[in-house]
Amino acid sequence: MTVPVLSARNIGKSYGSGANRFDALTGVSVDIHSGESVAIVGKSGSGKSTLMHLLALLDDPDTGELLVEGTDAKKLKGKEVNRLRNQDFGFVFQQFFLTANASVLDNVVLPLKIAGIGPKERKARGMAALEQLELADKARNKAINLSGGQKQRAVIARALVNNPKVIFADEPTGNLDTATGAVVEDILFALNKDQGITLIIVTHDSDLAARCDRQIYIRDGREDPTRSPEALAKPAGGHA
Amino acid sequence: MKFIDIITSAIANSFRSKLRTGLTVVAIFIGAFTLTITSGIGTGVTSYINSQVSAIGAADVLTVSKADDAAAATDDGPAPYDPDKATAISLGNGSRPGSTIQALTTADLDTIRATDGILSVDPSVQVTPEYIEYADSGKFELTVNAAATLTTADLAAGEQLDNESTADEILLPTNYLDTLGFSTPETAIGETVTIGITDFAGTAQQVPATVVGVQNETILGAGAGLNQTLTDRLREVELSGTSVEAAQSYATATARFDLDATDAEITAIKDDLADQGYASQTVADQIGSFETVINVIIGVLNAFAVIALIAAGFGIINTLLMSVQERTREIGLMKAMGMNGGRVYALFSTEAVFIGFLGSALGALVAVGVGSLVSNILASTVFENLPGLQVVQFAPSSIAIIIGVVMLIAFLAGTLPARAAARQNPIDALRYE
Repeated sequence: MTVPVLSARNIGKSYGSGANRFDALTGVSVDIHSGESVAIVGKSGSGKSTLMHLLALLDDPDTGELLVEGTDAKKLKGKEVNRLRNQDFGFVFQQFFLTANASVLDNVVLPLKIAGIGPKERKARGMAALEQLELADKARNKAINLSGGQKQRAVIARALVNNPKVIFADEPTGNLDTATGAVVEDILFALNKDQGITLIIVTHDSDLAARCDRQIYIRDGREDPTRSPEALAKPAGGHA
Repeated sequence: MKFIDIITSAIANSFRSKLRTGLTVVAIFIGAFTLTITSGIGTGVTSYINSQVSAIGAADVLTVSKADDAAAATDDGPAPYDPDKATAISLGNGSRPGSTIQALTTADLDTIRATDGILSVDPSVQVTPEYIEYADSGKFELTVNAAATLTTADLAAGEQLDNESTADEILLPTNYLDTLGFSTPETAIGETVTIGITDFAGTAQQVPATVVGVQNETILGAGAGLNQTLTDRLREVELSGTSVEAAQSYATATARFDLDATDAEITAIKDDLADQGYASQTVADQIGSFETVINVIIGVLNAFAVIALIAAGFGIINTLLMSVQERTREIGLMKAMGMNGGRVYALFSTEAVFIGFLGSALGALVAVGVGSLVSNILASTVFENLPGLQVVQFAPSSIAIIIGVVMLIAFLAGTLPARAAARQNPIDALRYE
């Protein structure tokens, strides 16, 4: 069996201390293999975003360990973590996080700028990513002037521009109407199928979750045992 | 992120909130403007004094006098009489009436001449001619600038006095021209004027002299300059009829040393003279005390400008803290995308430095414009009688230093917000609403 791209072993994370201590995540284990599409499903406050942040190395787990292609993330230096996040990971957020007054192209090439790539190559690769998402004609527009669907496509272009291995999507359709949401979903799954990009989607939308190869249900900071793969294997389980 | 990208991004970021950046720039502008103007006044006044005093010019000259007698300290009362010592002599023009110093005798001059490093010694003699006359213009009082032989004059026309020349040369100040009947400085050159002087017996005598140059009016030592030959001739006339044996005594003497002498060598000569009981000053020493006063005034003005700049520094801190607050999410995003804290820090510090540069460059530029304008207006009105005085002058180097210092202050002010930005946790930043 191949080494998982990301592997969480019994990880936990809590915030605050003493009486205010809040366990966001306790003892969750997940393996994510290359080329998979995985949905992390749960209600708001369930700890699903925390799990994604830990997997994306945006935060350190308090307990347990996280392996990136077999290497303990704790042993990675800050520089390597930054490189990983810059080149191997792409991020798609519900709130887009586009710089409102900068052009769409400038927003899209931000990861390349951070990576220290020259302006010519930046532009070429940024335009290629925009073309792939049919936004090339909007490249010069200010990000603030785009519609919701266009914004999310711009964000996907930004996530894609560095040819990542994994795309993390946090409620990618949360701010979109059903029709545009469906388009964005199609784009994400096409990337997963055609380019083999591993997809990790955090969502509370069961329809979106259902389109993924695999679902991880999180409830109160733990994997939901009633919806674990074993439970779902029984005929009484919900749709998968 | 590449260095150039950090700079361009920082510049773009600073223009994102134009009003806020603009107001901060105005604060820095005021400080930089004040600093540039005060430094301009410093440069202007100093350079005027220097041009006046290149007057006292010759860098190879020491003014030597008898050092104050150690025994004459106030506590001990007057020193015992020593018949070998020369009598006290008045310093003449400019000194307190009745005040005297020990005079230099011919023997003293020999001692000074024998000192290592001294090439020649001339006693400073003062002559008091009665009048000057040119053609039929009539007779006018003549004031002699005793320092003229030692100086390099600020010329309006003609040449400097030549002390080696055997001709009797005179250098006229510009304000003598009209009175004597010369229409322009050039017309006076080469003309012969007549100097009237009274000898010891009280008989008026006349000495002709050739005008070799016309000197701009100066704030130091007004009057006509005479070369050594003419001075000697006039003195000869003044003394004619005195007893030959009468010992000559002089208040001061002028000693020349090698023009190429280093500061250390000059100090050695001065120390040597001091050991032998003579006080000596170079021109630089004499000007030095004058300049110190001006430097203190400029320093106080600069201090006020720096206070203004420190206030502006807090403006920068405020502007950038708000900027960091506003861009929390963006910073979080950049960090999530693998930008390290150092680069975030660099981005915000660069923004601070850029704001500092903008304010100081504009301030300096406007100060140069306004300063030059005001200076020109003043030169033709208030300071009309001081030709050559440009009150405000700008040295490129000092402007560069001002801009540099302001950018440094801006950088220091930017460190606090930049640290706040660099330390942000990407998750908290992304969650921030």
